Amino acid sequence: MTDLLQLPLLLSLTLGERLALMGVVLFVLLTSVAYTVYAERKIAAAIQNRIGPNRVGFDLIPQLGFLKGLAGLGQPIADVLKLLFKEDVVPSASNGFYHLLAPMISLFAALTTIAVVPVAAGLVIADVDIGVLYILAITSLGVYGLTLAGWASNSKYSLLGGLRSSAQMISYEIAMGLSVVSVVVIADSLSMTKIVESQTANPLYWNCFRNFLGFICFVVASFAECNRAPFDLPEAEQELVGGYNTEYGSMKFALFFLAEYANMIVASTVIATLFLGGYQVPFWSDAPWWLQVGAFVTKTLFMMFVFIWVRWTIPRFKYNQLMDLGWRKLLPLALFNLLLIAMGVLIFEA
Amino acid sequence: MGQEISEFGKVFLFLAVGVIFVVLGFVTSRLIRPHRPYTEKLTTYECGEEPKGSAWVQFNIRFYVVALIFIIFDVEVLFLYPWATIFKQVGGYALAVALVFLGVLTLGLIYEWKKGYINWVVPTPNIPKMPTKKFEKPKSLEKPKVAEPETTA
Repeated sequence: MTDLLQLPLLLSLTLGERLALMGVVLFVLLTSVAYTVYAERKIAAAIQNRIGPNRVGFDLIPQLGFLKGLAGLGQPIADVLKLLFKEDVVPSASNGFYHLLAPMISLFAALTTIAVVPVAAGLVIADVDIGVLYILAITSLGVYGLTLAGWASNSKYSLLGGLRSSAQMISYEIAMGLSVVSVVVIADSLSMTKIVESQTANPLYWNCFRNFLGFICFVVASFAECNRAPFDLPEAEQELVGGYNTEYGSMKFALFFLAEYANMIVASTVIATLFLGGYQVPFWSDAPWWLQVGAFVTKTLFMMFVFIWVRWTIPRFKYNQLMDLGWRKLLPLALFNLLLIAMGVLIFEA
Repeated sequence: MGQEISEFGKVFLFLAVGVIFVVLGFVTSRLIRPHRPYTEKLTTYECGEEPKGSAWVQFNIRFYVVALIFIIFDVEVLFLYPWATIFKQVGGYALAVALVFLGVLTLGLIYEWKKGYINWVVPTPNIPKMPTKKFEKPKSLEKPKVAEPETTA
Protein backbone atom coordinates (compact mmCIF):
# COMPACT_ATOMS: atom_id res chain seq x y z
CA MET A 1 0.00 0.00 0.00
CA THR A 2 3.01 2.27 -0.22
CA ASP A 3 1.93 3.71 -3.55
CA LEU A 4 -1.43 4.61 -2.05
CA LEU A 5 0.36 6.72 0.57
CA GLN A 6 1.91 8.71 -2.22
CA LEU A 7 -1.56 9.45 -3.48
CA PRO A 8 -3.26 11.12 -0.52
CA LEU A 9 -5.88 12.48 -2.91
CA LEU A 10 -7.63 9.18 -3.36
CA LEU A 11 -7.54 7.79 0.18
CA SER A 12 -10.98 8.74 1.41
CA LEU A 13 -13.27 10.74 -0.72
CA THR A 14 -16.79 11.80 0.02
CA LEU A 15 -19.36 11.40 -2.69
CA GLY A 16 -19.27 15.10 -3.54
CA GLU A 17 -15.48 15.17 -3.82
CA ARG A 18 -15.53 12.09 -5.97
CA LEU A 19 -18.10 13.65 -8.29
CA ALA A 20 -16.03 16.83 -8.52
CA LEU A 21 -12.93 14.80 -9.34
CA MET A 22 -14.79 12.94 -12.05
CA GLY A 23 -16.02 16.25 -13.42
CA VAL A 24 -12.42 17.45 -13.61
CA VAL A 25 -11.35 14.23 -15.36
CA LEU A 26 -14.17 14.60 -17.88
CA PHE A 27 -13.37 18.26 -18.45
CA VAL A 28 -9.71 17.43 -19.07
CA LEU A 29 -10.70 14.59 -21.38
CA LEU A 30 -13.09 16.72 -23.44
CA THR A 31 -10.58 19.57 -23.65
CA SER A 32 -7.90 17.17 -24.80
CA VAL A 33 -10.37 15.83 -27.36
CA ALA A 34 -10.78 19.36 -28.71
CA TYR A 35 -7.02 19.81 -28.85
CA THR A 36 -6.63 16.42 -30.53
CA VAL A 37 -8.63 17.86 -33.40
CA TYR A 38 -6.23 20.78 -33.45
CA ALA A 39 -3.24 18.43 -33.33
CA GLU A 40 -4.68 16.40 -36.16
CA ARG A 41 -5.11 19.48 -38.32
CA LYS A 42 -1.58 20.65 -37.55
CA ILE A 43 -0.01 17.25 -38.24
CA ALA A 44 -2.05 16.83 -41.41
CA ALA A 45 -0.87 20.24 -42.52
CA ALA A 46 2.74 19.30 -41.79
CA ILE A 47 2.37 16.05 -43.75
CA GLN A 48 0.81 17.85 -46.70
CA ASN A 49 3.26 20.74 -46.56
CA ARG A 50 0.66 23.31 -45.48
CA ILE A 51 0.51 25.63 -42.49
CA GLY A 52 -2.73 24.54 -40.86
CA PRO A 53 -4.79 26.61 -38.41
CA ASN A 54 -2.73 29.67 -37.42
CA ARG A 55 -5.19 32.54 -36.97
CA VAL A 56 -7.29 32.16 -33.86
CA GLY A 57 -5.51 33.28 -30.71
CA PHE A 58 -6.77 34.55 -27.37
CA ASP A 59 -7.19 38.17 -28.44
CA LEU A 60 -10.29 38.77 -26.35
CA ILE A 61 -8.55 38.02 -23.06
CA PRO A 62 -6.05 40.83 -22.35
CA GLN A 63 -3.94 38.71 -19.99
CA LEU A 64 -3.38 36.18 -22.78
CA GLY A 65 -2.62 38.86 -25.34
CA PHE A 66 0.87 37.50 -25.89
CA LEU A 67 -0.72 34.39 -27.34
CA LYS A 68 -2.36 36.49 -30.03
CA GLY A 69 -2.66 34.36 -33.14
CA LEU A 70 -0.01 32.02 -31.75
CA ALA A 71 -0.16 28.91 -33.90
CA GLY A 72 -3.94 29.01 -33.90
CA LEU A 73 -4.19 27.64 -30.38
CA GLY A 74 -7.60 29.22 -29.89
CA GLN A 75 -9.06 27.27 -32.81
CA PRO A 76 -10.66 24.41 -30.79
CA ILE A 77 -12.44 26.89 -28.50
CA ALA A 78 -13.70 28.85 -31.49
CA ASP A 79 -14.94 25.61 -33.07
CA VAL A 80 -16.85 24.60 -29.95
CA LEU A 81 -18.42 28.07 -29.65
CA LYS A 82 -19.41 28.02 -33.29
CA LEU A 83 -21.18 24.69 -32.88
CA LEU A 84 -22.95 25.95 -29.75
CA PHE A 85 -24.35 28.93 -31.66
CA LYS A 86 -25.60 26.90 -34.62
CA GLU A 87 -29.28 26.28 -35.23
CA ASP A 88 -30.34 22.70 -34.57
CA VAL A 89 -32.06 21.44 -37.72
CA VAL A 90 -34.05 18.25 -37.28
CA PRO A 91 -35.40 17.09 -40.66
CA SER A 92 -39.16 16.78 -40.61
CA ALA A 93 -38.97 13.26 -42.04
CA SER A 94 -36.70 11.99 -39.24
CA ASN A 95 -37.50 10.43 -35.90
CA GLY A 96 -36.76 13.24 -33.45
CA PHE A 97 -36.20 11.18 -30.31
CA TYR A 98 -33.72 8.73 -31.80
CA HIS A 99 -32.12 11.57 -33.70
CA LEU A 100 -31.29 13.08 -30.31
CA LEU A 101 -30.46 9.81 -28.58
CA ALA A 102 -27.94 8.53 -31.14
CA PRO A 103 -25.12 11.06 -30.60
CA MET A 104 -25.54 10.72 -26.83
CA ILE A 105 -25.09 6.95 -27.01
CA SER A 106 -21.92 7.25 -29.04
CA LEU A 107 -20.41 9.88 -26.76
CA PHE A 108 -21.24 8.01 -23.54
CA ALA A 109 -19.90 4.78 -24.99
CA ALA A 110 -16.66 6.58 -25.78
CA LEU A 111 -16.37 8.34 -22.43
CA THR A 112 -17.26 5.56 -20.00
CA THR A 113 -14.53 3.31 -21.38
CA ILE A 114 -11.82 5.54 -19.97
CA ALA A 115 -13.10 4.88 -16.43
CA VAL A 116 -11.33 1.52 -16.13
CA VAL A 117 -7.99 2.45 -17.68
CA PRO A 118 -5.30 2.75 -14.98
CA VAL A 119 -3.29 5.96 -15.35
CA ALA A 120 -0.77 5.01 -12.64
CA ALA A 121 -0.52 2.23 -10.07
CA GLY A 122 -3.71 2.61 -8.02
CA LEU A 123 -4.77 5.72 -9.92
CA VAL A 124 -7.88 4.62 -11.77
CA ILE A 125 -11.47 5.81 -11.64
CA ALA A 126 -12.88 2.31 -11.22
CA ASP A 127 -10.65 -0.74 -10.88
CA VAL A 128 -13.13 -3.25 -12.23
CA ASP A 129 -12.09 -6.92 -11.97
CA ILE A 130 -13.18 -7.61 -15.52
CA GLY A 131 -11.84 -4.41 -17.06
CA VAL A 132 -11.03 -5.96 -20.43
CA LEU A 133 -14.52 -7.40 -20.85
CA TYR A 134 -16.00 -4.09 -19.76
CA ILE A 135 -14.01 -2.24 -22.41
CA LEU A 136 -15.05 -4.64 -25.17
CA ALA A 137 -18.67 -4.44 -24.07
CA ILE A 138 -18.89 -0.67 -23.87
CA THR A 139 -17.01 0.03 -27.08
CA SER A 140 -19.35 -2.27 -28.96
CA LEU A 141 -22.28 -0.28 -27.57
CA GLY A 142 -21.00 2.58 -29.71
CA VAL A 143 -22.33 0.74 -32.78
CA TYR A 144 -25.86 1.46 -31.61
CA GLY A 145 -25.25 5.20 -31.75
CA LEU A 146 -24.07 5.12 -35.35
CA THR A 147 -26.72 2.70 -36.60
CA LEU A 148 -29.45 4.60 -34.81
CA ALA A 149 -28.22 7.90 -36.25
CA GLY A 150 -28.25 6.39 -39.72
CA TRP A 151 -31.74 5.05 -39.32
CA ALA A 152 -33.33 7.96 -37.45
CA SER A 153 -32.21 10.62 -39.93
CA ASN A 154 -34.32 9.03 -42.67
CA SER A 155 -31.76 9.99 -45.26
CA LYS A 156 -30.25 7.56 -47.75
CA TYR A 157 -26.71 8.71 -47.10
CA SER A 158 -27.16 8.36 -43.37
CA LEU A 159 -28.69 4.92 -43.70
CA LEU A 160 -25.84 3.67 -45.86
CA GLY A 161 -23.27 5.22 -43.54
CA GLY A 162 -24.88 3.70 -40.48
CA LEU A 163 -25.15 0.25 -42.06
CA ARG A 164 -21.59 0.35 -43.23
CA SER A 165 -20.23 1.40 -39.88
CA SER A 166 -22.16 -1.27 -38.02
CA ALA A 167 -21.07 -4.00 -40.45
CA GLN A 168 -17.50 -2.76 -40.22
CA MET A 169 -17.40 -2.53 -36.45
CA ILE A 170 -18.81 -5.99 -35.89
CA SER A 171 -16.48 -7.47 -38.50
CA TYR A 172 -13.39 -6.22 -36.73
CA GLU A 173 -14.63 -6.84 -33.24
CA ILE A 174 -13.97 -10.57 -33.42
CA ALA A 175 -10.33 -10.13 -34.41
CA MET A 176 -10.06 -7.57 -31.64
CA GLY A 177 -11.62 -9.91 -29.08
CA LEU A 178 -9.33 -12.77 -30.08
CA SER A 179 -6.20 -10.65 -29.76
CA VAL A 180 -7.37 -9.51 -26.34
CA VAL A 181 -7.83 -13.17 -25.35
CA SER A 182 -4.17 -13.75 -26.19
CA VAL A 183 -3.24 -10.88 -23.87
CA VAL A 184 -5.38 -12.39 -21.13
CA VAL A 185 -3.64 -15.76 -21.58
CA ILE A 186 -0.31 -14.08 -20.87
CA ALA A 187 -1.53 -11.92 -18.00
CA ASP A 188 -3.79 -14.52 -16.39
CA SER A 189 -6.35 -11.90 -15.45
CA LEU A 190 -9.10 -9.72 -16.90
CA SER A 191 -8.21 -6.75 -14.70
CA MET A 192 -6.49 -3.88 -16.49
CA THR A 193 -4.18 -3.20 -13.53
CA LYS A 194 -3.03 -6.84 -13.40
CA ILE A 195 -2.45 -6.85 -17.14
CA VAL A 196 -0.19 -3.82 -16.78
CA GLU A 197 1.64 -5.41 -13.85
CA SER A 198 2.18 -8.63 -15.80
CA GLN A 199 4.15 -6.67 -18.39
CA THR A 200 6.76 -5.53 -15.81
CA ALA A 201 9.10 -2.59 -16.17
CA ASN A 202 11.32 -4.32 -18.71
CA PRO A 203 10.21 -3.11 -22.15
CA LEU A 204 11.08 -6.47 -23.69
CA TYR A 205 8.26 -8.01 -21.64
CA TRP A 206 5.67 -5.59 -22.95
CA ASN A 207 2.99 -7.28 -24.96
CA CYS A 208 3.86 -5.46 -28.16
CA PHE A 209 6.99 -7.64 -28.28
CA ARG A 210 5.79 -10.78 -26.52
CA ASN A 211 2.57 -10.80 -28.47
CA PHE A 212 3.55 -9.06 -31.68
CA LEU A 213 0.89 -10.54 -33.98
CA GLY A 214 -1.79 -9.78 -31.42
CA PHE A 215 -0.53 -6.21 -31.22
CA ILE A 216 -0.81 -5.79 -34.99
CA CYS A 217 -4.29 -7.34 -35.05
CA PHE A 218 -5.48 -5.17 -32.21
CA VAL A 219 -4.13 -1.93 -33.66
CA VAL A 220 -5.65 -2.60 -37.08
CA ALA A 221 -8.96 -3.60 -35.53
CA SER A 222 -9.06 -0.51 -33.36
CA PHE A 223 -8.45 1.68 -36.41
CA ALA A 224 -11.54 0.06 -37.89
CA GLU A 225 -13.51 0.34 -34.64
CA CYS A 226 -12.79 4.07 -34.47
CA ASN A 227 -13.92 4.50 -38.09
CA ARG A 228 -10.58 6.13 -38.79
CA ALA A 229 -8.83 6.15 -42.14
CA PRO A 230 -7.97 3.87 -43.88
CA PHE A 231 -11.26 2.42 -42.62
CA ASP A 232 -13.36 5.61 -42.70
CA LEU A 233 -15.93 4.29 -45.17
CA PRO A 234 -18.95 5.21 -43.02
CA GLU A 235 -18.18 8.84 -43.68
CA ALA A 236 -16.50 8.61 -47.03
CA GLU A 237 -17.36 12.15 -48.02
CA GLN A 238 -16.85 11.64 -51.75
CA GLU A 239 -19.69 9.15 -51.98
CA LEU A 240 -21.79 9.40 -48.83
CA VAL A 241 -21.69 13.16 -48.11
CA GLY A 242 -21.36 12.93 -44.31
CA GLY A 243 -22.30 9.29 -43.77
CA TYR A 244 -24.31 8.80 -40.61
CA ASN A 245 -23.97 12.45 -39.60
CA THR A 246 -25.28 13.93 -42.84
CA GLU A 247 -28.40 15.26 -41.13
CA TYR A 248 -26.65 16.44 -37.98
CA GLY A 249 -25.65 19.93 -37.01
CA SER A 250 -25.12 22.09 -33.96
CA MET A 251 -24.60 20.38 -30.57
CA LYS A 252 -25.60 16.95 -31.86
CA PHE A 253 -22.88 17.07 -34.48
CA ALA A 254 -20.48 18.30 -31.82
CA LEU A 255 -21.30 15.20 -29.77
CA PHE A 256 -20.56 12.90 -32.71
CA PHE A 257 -17.35 14.75 -33.37
CA LEU A 258 -16.32 14.55 -29.72
CA ALA A 259 -17.23 10.87 -29.67
CA GLU A 260 -15.11 10.14 -32.71
CA TYR A 261 -12.02 11.77 -31.26
CA ALA A 262 -12.72 10.50 -27.74
CA ASN A 263 -12.84 7.02 -29.27
CA MET A 264 -9.43 7.62 -30.76
CA ILE A 265 -8.01 8.74 -27.40
CA VAL A 266 -9.63 5.83 -25.60
CA ALA A 267 -8.33 3.35 -28.18
CA SER A 268 -4.85 4.80 -27.72
CA THR A 269 -5.05 4.45 -23.94
CA VAL A 270 -6.28 0.87 -24.29
CA ILE A 271 -3.48 -0.02 -26.71
CA ALA A 272 -0.98 1.62 -24.36
CA THR A 273 -2.39 -0.37 -21.43
CA LEU A 274 -2.70 -3.76 -23.08
CA PHE A 275 0.39 -3.75 -25.28
CA LEU A 276 2.80 -0.93 -24.43
CA GLY A 277 3.11 -1.63 -20.71
CA GLY A 278 0.56 0.94 -19.57
CA TYR A 279 1.97 3.08 -16.78
CA GLN A 280 5.22 1.10 -16.49
CA VAL A 281 8.28 3.29 -16.62
CA PRO A 282 11.07 1.46 -18.49
CA PHE A 283 13.58 -0.18 -16.11
CA TRP A 284 12.09 1.40 -12.98
CA SER A 285 9.48 -0.84 -11.44
CA ASP A 286 8.54 1.39 -8.48
CA ALA A 287 8.63 4.81 -10.06
CA PRO A 288 6.75 7.63 -8.30
CA TRP A 289 3.18 7.99 -9.42
CA TRP A 290 3.64 11.22 -11.35
CA LEU A 291 6.35 9.59 -13.46
CA GLN A 292 4.00 6.69 -14.16
CA VAL A 293 1.34 9.14 -15.29
CA GLY A 294 3.96 10.73 -17.51
CA ALA A 295 4.91 7.36 -19.03
CA PHE A 296 1.26 6.54 -19.63
CA VAL A 297 0.53 9.89 -21.26
CA THR A 298 3.63 9.61 -23.44
CA LYS A 299 2.60 6.18 -24.70
CA THR A 300 -0.95 7.37 -25.33
CA LEU A 301 0.25 10.43 -27.22
CA PHE A 302 2.53 8.23 -29.30
CA MET A 303 -0.36 5.96 -30.27
CA MET A 304 -2.53 9.00 -31.08
CA PHE A 305 0.21 10.30 -33.32
CA VAL A 306 0.26 6.92 -35.09
CA PHE A 307 -3.51 7.16 -35.58
CA ILE A 308 -3.22 10.59 -37.19
CA TRP A 309 -0.12 9.68 -39.16
CA VAL A 310 -1.80 6.62 -40.68
CA ARG A 311 -4.91 8.60 -41.55
CA TRP A 312 -3.00 11.13 -43.60
CA THR A 313 -0.72 8.58 -45.24
CA ILE A 314 -2.78 5.59 -46.33
CA PRO A 315 -5.66 5.87 -48.82
CA ARG A 316 -9.11 4.51 -48.03
CA PHE A 317 -10.02 0.87 -48.63
CA LYS A 318 -12.80 -0.25 -50.90
CA TYR A 319 -15.67 -1.81 -49.03
CA ASN A 320 -15.06 -5.35 -50.23
CA GLN A 321 -11.37 -5.01 -49.36
CA LEU A 322 -12.35 -3.92 -45.89
CA MET A 323 -14.60 -6.92 -45.33
CA ASP A 324 -11.94 -9.20 -46.82
CA LEU A 325 -9.27 -7.87 -44.50
CA GLY A 326 -11.48 -8.27 -41.46
CA TRP A 327 -12.87 -11.74 -42.06
CA ARG A 328 -10.27 -13.49 -44.21
CA LYS A 329 -7.00 -12.09 -42.97
CA LEU A 330 -7.31 -10.59 -39.52
CA LEU A 331 -9.61 -13.26 -38.07
CA PRO A 332 -7.47 -16.28 -39.12
CA LEU A 333 -4.38 -14.37 -38.06
CA ALA A 334 -5.85 -13.69 -34.62
CA LEU A 335 -6.88 -17.35 -34.24
CA PHE A 336 -3.39 -18.49 -35.22
CA ASN A 337 -1.83 -15.98 -32.84
CA LEU A 338 -3.96 -17.23 -29.96
CA LEU A 339 -2.69 -20.78 -30.45
CA LEU A 340 0.85 -19.51 -30.83
CA ILE A 341 0.63 -17.55 -27.57
CA ALA A 342 -0.98 -20.46 -25.72
CA MET A 343 1.84 -22.78 -26.80
CA GLY A 344 4.44 -20.16 -25.98
CA VAL A 345 3.04 -19.72 -22.49
CA LEU A 346 3.08 -23.52 -21.97
CA ILE A 347 6.68 -23.83 -23.12
CA PHE A 348 8.13 -20.86 -21.27
CA GLU A 349 6.13 -20.73 -18.08
CA ALA A 350 5.00 -24.26 -17.22
CA MET B 1 -20.60 9.28 3.57
CA GLY B 2 -17.71 7.00 4.48
CA GLN B 3 -19.50 4.19 2.73
CA GLU B 4 -17.49 2.35 0.10
CA ILE B 5 -18.76 2.66 -3.43
CA SER B 6 -18.38 -0.48 -5.50
CA GLU B 7 -16.24 -0.27 -8.61
CA PHE B 8 -19.20 -0.44 -10.95
CA GLY B 9 -20.86 2.21 -8.79
CA LYS B 10 -17.94 4.47 -9.65
CA VAL B 11 -18.41 3.72 -13.33
CA PHE B 12 -22.06 4.63 -12.96
CA LEU B 13 -21.14 7.87 -11.17
CA PHE B 14 -18.73 8.71 -13.97
CA LEU B 15 -21.51 8.12 -16.50
CA ALA B 16 -23.80 10.36 -14.47
CA VAL B 17 -21.23 13.18 -14.52
CA GLY B 18 -20.95 12.67 -18.28
CA VAL B 19 -24.73 12.99 -18.63
CA ILE B 20 -24.67 16.23 -16.64
CA PHE B 21 -21.96 17.61 -18.96
CA VAL B 22 -23.95 16.78 -22.07
CA VAL B 23 -27.26 18.07 -20.69
CA LEU B 24 -25.56 21.33 -19.66
CA GLY B 25 -24.18 21.63 -23.17
CA PHE B 26 -27.59 21.10 -24.72
CA VAL B 27 -29.26 23.60 -22.40
CA THR B 28 -26.64 26.29 -23.10
CA SER B 29 -26.88 25.68 -26.80
CA ARG B 30 -30.67 25.83 -26.61
CA LEU B 31 -30.55 29.20 -24.88
CA ILE B 32 -28.20 30.92 -27.28
CA ARG B 33 -28.86 29.41 -30.68
CA PRO B 34 -31.42 30.67 -33.19
CA HIS B 35 -34.46 28.63 -34.09
CA ARG B 36 -35.98 29.56 -37.43
CA PRO B 37 -37.24 26.47 -39.19
CA TYR B 38 -39.16 26.45 -42.44
CA THR B 39 -40.32 23.66 -44.72
CA GLU B 40 -37.45 23.73 -47.18
CA LYS B 41 -34.85 23.82 -44.44
CA LEU B 42 -36.35 20.75 -42.83
CA THR B 43 -36.30 18.56 -45.92
CA THR B 44 -33.91 15.64 -46.02
CA TYR B 45 -30.62 16.37 -47.73
CA GLU B 46 -30.32 14.79 -51.15
CA CYS B 47 -27.77 16.91 -53.00
CA GLY B 48 -30.27 19.68 -53.58
CA GLU B 49 -32.80 17.48 -55.35
CA GLU B 50 -36.30 16.92 -54.03
CA PRO B 51 -35.97 13.90 -51.72
CA LYS B 52 -37.44 10.82 -53.33
CA GLY B 53 -39.36 8.68 -50.87
CA SER B 54 -38.33 7.54 -47.41
CA ALA B 55 -35.01 5.97 -46.45
CA TRP B 56 -36.80 3.48 -44.23
CA VAL B 57 -36.60 0.75 -46.80
CA GLN B 58 -35.45 -2.83 -46.90
CA PHE B 59 -31.73 -3.03 -47.48
CA ASN B 60 -29.23 -5.58 -48.64
CA ILE B 61 -29.59 -8.98 -46.96
CA ARG B 62 -25.78 -9.25 -46.75
CA PHE B 63 -25.74 -6.96 -43.75
CA TYR B 64 -27.94 -9.44 -41.89
CA VAL B 65 -25.70 -12.35 -42.83
CA VAL B 66 -22.64 -10.53 -41.53
CA ALA B 67 -24.50 -9.74 -38.31
CA LEU B 68 -25.49 -13.39 -37.86
CA ILE B 69 -21.95 -14.65 -38.42
CA PHE B 70 -20.71 -12.02 -36.00
CA ILE B 71 -23.04 -13.21 -33.27
CA ILE B 72 -21.88 -16.81 -33.65
CA PHE B 73 -18.20 -15.88 -33.53
CA ASP B 74 -18.56 -13.32 -30.79
CA VAL B 75 -20.22 -15.81 -28.48
CA GLU B 76 -17.44 -18.27 -29.22
CA VAL B 77 -14.83 -15.64 -28.40
CA LEU B 78 -16.67 -14.90 -25.20
CA PHE B 79 -16.34 -18.54 -24.17
CA LEU B 80 -12.59 -18.19 -24.51
CA TYR B 81 -12.28 -15.54 -21.78
CA PRO B 82 -12.85 -17.84 -18.78
CA TRP B 83 -10.56 -20.35 -20.46
CA ALA B 84 -7.84 -17.70 -20.83
CA THR B 85 -7.92 -16.70 -17.15
CA ILE B 86 -7.23 -20.23 -15.90
CA PHE B 87 -4.97 -21.31 -18.74
CA LYS B 88 -1.74 -21.15 -16.73
CA GLN B 89 -3.18 -23.23 -13.87
CA VAL B 90 -4.56 -25.99 -16.05
CA GLY B 91 -1.73 -26.12 -18.59
CA GLY B 92 -1.52 -28.75 -21.32
CA TYR B 93 -5.05 -30.07 -20.91
CA ALA B 94 -6.40 -26.54 -21.45
CA LEU B 95 -4.39 -26.27 -24.63
CA ALA B 96 -5.85 -29.56 -25.92
CA VAL B 97 -9.38 -28.39 -25.16
CA ALA B 98 -8.70 -25.07 -26.84
CA LEU B 99 -7.35 -26.86 -29.90
CA VAL B 100 -10.63 -28.73 -30.27
CA PHE B 101 -12.68 -25.61 -29.64
CA LEU B 102 -10.68 -23.41 -31.99
CA GLY B 103 -10.71 -26.24 -34.51
CA VAL B 104 -14.49 -26.16 -34.57
CA LEU B 105 -14.37 -22.37 -34.84
CA THR B 106 -11.96 -22.59 -37.77
CA LEU B 107 -14.17 -25.20 -39.43
CA GLY B 108 -17.07 -22.79 -39.13
CA LEU B 109 -14.97 -20.04 -40.67
CA ILE B 110 -13.92 -22.29 -43.55
CA TYR B 111 -17.55 -23.29 -44.11
CA GLU B 112 -18.65 -19.66 -44.31
CA TRP B 113 -15.71 -18.87 -46.53
CA LYS B 114 -16.57 -21.65 -48.98
CA LYS B 115 -20.25 -20.77 -48.91
CA GLY B 116 -19.29 -17.22 -49.88
CA TYR B 117 -20.98 -15.52 -46.92
CA ILE B 118 -17.92 -13.46 -46.07
CA ASN B 119 -17.32 -12.65 -49.68
CA TRP B 120 -18.67 -9.16 -50.15
CA VAL B 121 -18.40 -9.06 -53.93
CA VAL B 122 -19.99 -12.05 -55.59
CA PRO B 123 -18.24 -12.40 -58.95
CA THR B 124 -21.09 -14.04 -60.84
CA PRO B 125 -24.50 -13.42 -59.34
CA ASN B 126 -26.57 -16.57 -59.55
CA ILE B 127 -29.80 -15.25 -60.99
CA PRO B 128 -32.20 -18.04 -61.89
CA LYS B 129 -33.11 -17.96 -65.56
CA MET B 130 -36.76 -17.31 -66.26
CA PRO B 131 -38.38 -18.79 -69.33
CA THR B 132 -38.50 -15.84 -71.64
CA LYS B 133 -40.78 -15.42 -74.54
CA LYS B 134 -39.86 -13.06 -77.22
CA PHE B 135 -41.78 -9.89 -76.84
CA GLU B 136 -43.67 -8.86 -79.88
CA LYS B 137 -44.94 -5.45 -80.43
CA PRO B 138 -48.70 -5.27 -80.89
CA LYS B 139 -49.62 -4.40 -84.40
CA SER B 140 -51.57 -1.38 -83.29
CA LEU B 141 -48.46 0.30 -81.83
CA GLU B 142 -46.43 -0.06 -84.95
CA LYS B 143 -46.14 3.04 -86.91
CA PRO B 144 -47.52 2.81 -90.36
CA LYS B 145 -44.68 2.51 -92.72
CA VAL B 146 -43.98 5.62 -94.56
CA ALA B 147 -43.39 4.76 -98.06
CA GLU B 148 -39.96 5.82 -98.98
CA PRO B 149 -39.88 8.38 -101.62
CA GLU B 150 -39.05 6.59 -104.71
CA THR B 151 -36.08 7.82 -106.39
CA THR B 152 -36.28 7.60 -109.99
CA ALA B 153 -33.33 7.99 -111.98
